[in-house]
Amino acid sequence: MHEFAYAAPRSLPEAIDLLSRAEGEARPLAGGTDLITQMKENRKSPGLVVDVKRIPELNALSWDERQGLRIGAAVSCTRIATFAPVQERYPALAEACALVGSIQIQNRAALGGNFCNAAPSADAVPPVLSYGGTVLIAGPGGQRALAAEDFFVGPGQTVLGKGEILMEITIPTPPVHSGAAYLRFIPREEMDIAVAGVGSFVQLNANGTRCERARITLAAVAPTPVRAREAEDFLAGKPLDAATLTQAGELAAKAAKPISDVRSSAAYRVELVKVLTRRTLQKALERVS
Amino acid sequence: MKREIDLQVNGESYSIVVDTRETLLDALRYRLGFMGPKEGCGNGNCGSCTVSVNGMVADSCLIFAVEADGAEVTTVEGVAVGGKLHPVQQAFIENGGLQCGFCTPGFIMSAKALLEQNPNPTEQEIRLALSGNLCRCTGYDKIVRAVTAASQALSKVA
Repeated sequence: MHEFAYAAPRSLPEAIDLLSRAEGEARPLAGGTDLITQMKENRKSPGLVVDVKRIPELNALSWDERQGLRIGAAVSCTRIATFAPVQERYPALAEACALVGSIQIQNRAALGGNFCNAAPSADAVPPVLSYGGTVLIAGPGGQRALAAEDFFVGPGQTVLGKGEILMEITIPTPPVHSGAAYLRFIPREEMDIAVAGVGSFVQLNANGTRCERARITLAAVAPTPVRAREAEDFLAGKPLDAATLTQAGELAAKAAKPISDVRSSAAYRVELVKVLTRRTLQKALERVS
Repeated sequence: MKREIDLQVNGESYSIVVDTRETLLDALRYRLGFMGPKEGCGNGNCGSCTVSVNGMVADSCLIFAVEADGAEVTTVEGVAVGGKLHPVQQAFIENGGLQCGFCTPGFIMSAKALLEQNPNPTEQEIRLALSGNLCRCTGYDKIVRAVTAASQALSKVA
């Protein structure tokens, strides 16, 4: 591992200042479960590591009806998955956070880190996109908010510019008559990287007969997490019977642009998207309250 | 680059100078002499380096020592109290939940953390809680039996 300087600022302006003034590569460090392995393998060699775990804004976790769920970027997956409002109102996020690595990993790994590492297979990301989440970025020029799906540029690449930090992930309170679910496929039960994953959100009309809106996010089948918009549009206004969900799976597969790699062929990933879309839609429907 | 950190390990306070590149695991082993946590994979898969950091189990190979400034760390050396083994340790011995022993400190830490949160886990819950710990000897069956036995022993004490 290359030598690096380490700082653990206690305020956001201080962290932004450090990252902005750094010569060469500088990296924020939250849980470290991705960054440290990458540094050990010399895949990343920042000259400055800025530990953001002591910054209050990045450690905050709160929910209220109006503001929704606000997750500081350094909050661990365990804290999120065990936070009562998440368990009650955001089950797809709770189940995804409980899928990230082992207990040891979940106790450290941060949702913000899952975003910033920008792996197409990141499990905790699709539910955020499907719930309609936004990200708040702080930098030398002030703060900016954008739709969570617009955060990703490519594998390992985000929109973060020099000196910018992902500060917070915000998810609106799910409307009444809505439900959501996340499923991934791996060849074992735990501790693996998603071959494919799907997070689905559905909102029904007041008497529960038709779909008002759906959001479907696919993982590990494109350079970034992607929304399956054709499938979403198809579902809007329709009664969600079995045939419709199957059809939505077929349409979602059209948004998948997977590669073949050690974990799966591209063709198998496309099949997985069909099945996981149908199953997550079904599960989301069962959760409509 | 060197930095000085203060941390507590098993209730004792230490001030040590570490390299920023040094993991908490290496600081525990080679600066402080706690040889319980082991390096198996070095990338968060095997769990042999599992310790408790501020009450939460973590892979100490994926934490820089400098991050642990101010932290309270418990290693397997801090699990027995007053020379008496913890019921989880006793149950691993009685049920043959180990062979070579390399992974055992990590399993003890994970199992203890599970039972503190969930005193009566099902077999499925035990296997899930231990999924971040790999054992290349036992095939896990005896480990699961040991944790089940520990849970029963602890519920008798309580």
